[in-house]
Amino acid sequence: MSFTLTKCYSPFVSKFDPCKPILTKCYSTPPNLYIGFQPNNIEQFPTAREALYAGTLWPCLYDPYYSKRGESIE
Amino acid sequence: MWYYEKKLQYPVKVSRCNPMLAKYLIEQYGGADGELSAALRYLNQRYTIPDKVVGLLNDIGTEEFAHLEMIATMIYKLTKDATPEQLEAAGLGAHFVNHDHALYYHNAAGAPWTATYIQAKGDPIADLYEDIAAEEKARATYQWIIDISDDPFINDSLKFLREREIVHSQRFHEAVEILKEERDRKKVF
Amino acid sequence: MTQKKPLPDSYYQLMEQIQAVDFVLVELTLYLDTHPHDLDAIKQFNQAAYESRQLKNQFEDQFGPLMQYGQSYSSYPWNWKEAPWPWQV
Repeated sequence: MSFTLTKCYSPFVSKFDPCKPILTKCYSTPPNLYIGFQPNNIEQFPTAREALYAGTLWPCLYDPYYSKRGESIE
Repeated sequence: MWYYEKKLQYPVKVSRCNPMLAKYLIEQYGGADGELSAALRYLNQRYTIPDKVVGLLNDIGTEEFAHLEMIATMIYKLTKDATPEQLEAAGLGAHFVNHDHALYYHNAAGAPWTATYIQAKGDPIADLYEDIAAEEKARATYQWIIDISDDPFINDSLKFLREREIVHSQRFHEAVEILKEERDRKKVF
Repeated sequence: MTQKKPLPDSYYQLMEQIQAVDFVLVELTLYLDTHPHDLDAIKQFNQAAYESRQLKNQFEDQFGPLMQYGQSYSSYPWNWKEAPWPWQV
């Protein structure tokens, strides 16, 4: 399955907009929108620990999210 | 009945005392799209949904209580031992005079939890579509909290919770397919 | 007031192992609720349920019961009510 987890668009910018314009706005389109009925026996994360830290057992449902603020290195 | 287990579903760590972040996180505790709303919504709808999908509502509803406990843990740790001055500086002065350090079921703006946040229409498709919408709204709320938070440990736990919304939404979509009974059947219109 | 001893690292390590195996069980539970005929998933579920029970026996020997209402055995004196609770650790 090939799809993107984010979609972007360019909002109209007026010369009278008071805040510094954001030229591209993006939103999440997570994998559950595309999978339909999950097939049997799809690939799993190799260990329970990896599944826990991904928040799902299946890589095809995994959708990482990154803070717009930008995060300090953990 | 339910059994309590003395463990969190996922490890919760907090970098520093930060009552301001707790004030935002309480949205997912007692807010419209928070974990309390989710748990009560699904566990209440399960009485009037076809047997085929009762188990799913039951089990997702149960998991939501584990998420509620994770959010409570974050709020508890972020505010534990904070002085009244620190709480006031974080915008929690009004909370403090009513509740001290206690948690309370209200949203980030202080509005108390209300049953009007949730629906049980008794129509299986209407209820499951509400549940899918609730998961997407909760996912979005987690995104905005992650965006505003500067605590990498809190964000790690919030990313787990955001991912769970995606999985729950996936399962609710499957429940709709099960109730349509059109799965694997060739559709000719 | 005396200060309580901090928990050893082994508490957190063992707890994390339990959280990982139990997470697989949560995921498979929800999956099987919509895929009740997936035999491989059921085998994996039963295997994980066994591993979870083993890990919890080991944990409870060292740190006390994880569940009560009879879902765990008790030592003497009754230690279920002892801190720490999950939100405190």
